[in-house]
Amino acid sequence: MRDSIVRLEGAAKTFPTPEGQSVTALDAIDLDVDRNEFLTLLGPSGCGKTTLLQAISGFVELDAGRILIDGEDMTTRPPYRRPVNTVFQNYALFPHMTVGENTGYALEVAGVAKAERMKQVAAALDMVGLTGMEGRRPRQLSGGQQQRVALARAIIARPKLLLLDEPLSALDKNLRQAMQIELKTLQSELGISFIFVTHDQQEALTMSDRVAVLSGGRIQQLDTPRNIYDRPNNSFVATFVGASNLFEGQMDNGWLLTSDGTAIRYVPSVGNVSGKAKALIRPEQLFISGEGRDHPFLDVEVEQLVFVGSSFELFGHTAEGRKVTAEIPAGRRSFVGEVEQTRKARLSYDPAAVHLIRCDADGI
Amino acid sequence: MASDMSLAGRRRVQLALLLTPVSLFFAVFFLGPLTIMIVTSFLAPGLYGGVEWVFYPHNYGRILGFADPAFEIFDPVYLAIFLRSLKIAAFTVIATLFVCYPAAFCIARLSERWKNFCLFLITLPFFTSLIVRLFIWVLILRQTGIVNEVLLAGGIIDRPLELIYTDGAIVLGMVYIFIPFMFMPVYASVEKLDWTLVRASLDLGAGPIRTFIRIILPLTAPGIAGGAIIVFIPALGNFVVPAVLGGAKVMMLGNLIEQQFLSARNWPFGSALAMMVMCAMLVLLFVYVLASGRRGADVMN
Repeated sequence: MRDSIVRLEGAAKTFPTPEGQSVTALDAIDLDVDRNEFLTLLGPSGCGKTTLLQAISGFVELDAGRILIDGEDMTTRPPYRRPVNTVFQNYALFPHMTVGENTGYALEVAGVAKAERMKQVAAALDMVGLTGMEGRRPRQLSGGQQQRVALARAIIARPKLLLLDEPLSALDKNLRQAMQIELKTLQSELGISFIFVTHDQQEALTMSDRVAVLSGGRIQQLDTPRNIYDRPNNSFVATFVGASNLFEGQMDNGWLLTSDGTAIRYVPSVGNVSGKAKALIRPEQLFISGEGRDHPFLDVEVEQLVFVGSSFELFGHTAEGRKVTAEIPAGRRSFVGEVEQTRKARLSYDPAAVHLIRCDADGI
Repeated sequence: MASDMSLAGRRRVQLALLLTPVSLFFAVFFLGPLTIMIVTSFLAPGLYGGVEWVFYPHNYGRILGFADPAFEIFDPVYLAIFLRSLKIAAFTVIATLFVCYPAAFCIARLSERWKNFCLFLITLPFFTSLIVRLFIWVLILRQTGIVNEVLLAGGIIDRPLELIYTDGAIVLGMVYIFIPFMFMPVYASVEKLDWTLVRASLDLGAGPIRTFIRIILPLTAPGIAGGAIIVFIPALGNFVVPAVLGGAKVMMLGNLIEQQFLSARNWPFGSALAMMVMCAMLVLLFVYVLASGRRGADVMN
């Protein structure tokens, strides 16, 4: 048996809707979270990721299934008796307490003596870069600082597992990116497993050891960030994580032929010689012809060329009317000028970079 | 700088002009009567009503222990009434709180439609006469009232209980009248309560009782304090409820003051009693302002 810190076995939950129907938030989910792992639950809103988190913290009671934390069955334990702490989306700092009191709350509740508590509070605040802020009130702090207090408060009692419910969504972009790195560092320093919930795929890919992509109450794929991005299991994962060009068609030993006649070259291997499939080409894997003349290519009519800083995003369509998105490095000025004149581009790709999703994976 | 000075001066004139109506209002309807009452409370009572214009501290003396030796020896009866009134008002506050606090949580969790309906029900009694509502309690509580009749018929008691004309009846009547006053501020703070904070507390290992004491109670305390003040002050001076449900047996400050002005015609003594009530309220308000001021200062810093 796997040495997992959290194990979910067939965890299921449905919620009634006001219209008298029911929504499946968790559809018999099995999940193992390893010790010292940074796991991200990624999915659109309503995919069940928050329910899953709340089931682990104890605020949602499962209809069926079990939750084990460090080998102990926690399924029916109330939240206050689980060795799990949460960083809430809006921080949920107690407004009537100082930063120090907030941070030390878990210790106070556990009956730790005041002197010892203050020492640990100072250490925890130090760890999140808020040294000496004990006497402040949460309202006097900036959003980023409040975030850090929430983090210090949640880790001070050394839970076996830290849950983070979209904690960075309220921060501005620069701060968010800085916090992403810090969170990852903190996690490896503490040696606590983190389960991080987000709908931001960038965040998920940056920080995680593994990412679980959720949709419709099911885990669509649980894998390393690279595999999630490069080898999505199905077209939901492919389109939800990153931008994608998907071509659906019939596999024919190295060629995927769509119904309208577009042909995509791929490297055939066992299991994808024939049958229906979708070919995935990420926008950044399409490059301007001329760089490698041996590569297969797609001729597209350019609809729009959008400057996004480090690159141009090219939106176009093939002669057959199929939409294509490509990412062109901003350094390629001459190409940009040419495209703007001719409204045409020849986009090449490496057949080895084409990922195939067999249609049976999509349940088609 | 001169222009700045003149600007500040203009501001001051504008402010004074804007404040004139409300200042006049307070002067005529608040400071005036208050002054009359303070002065009266230090004058000697006339033999057949009215006042005699001499300094006479014994109005307060009758209450606090230095009665006019020419007329009477000190009797703590007024002090007893004062204390009883404080007690009844305090009980009223506690009882209304016990009713309203849980009710506020229940109503705050209802859907918007039911919430509004419940709030409407709570304010509904305001639309009927206070006297009528109190006399209904007489019908319920009196010797031949519903409660006693039912208990007698059921064989639970063999002699009617003395329900009416007791301290208990007064508290009951007070609670009945003052529930909306307590409910509104309590409800306002309960509805504002951020439940993710409760979750955070549970998540950090605090059980339900601890969470209530450390999180829910402090966060709803402003509503409780506000409700307590709003109920306590009118309850202390109330004279309708004791007059109807207390009969002749139970006297509260309100009745005593009313009696001094209307039947005994001892205006100075009545004024002194009224001043005592006002002092008690002022002390209370002062404590409240001090407490909420400190909270405010915490937030500001």
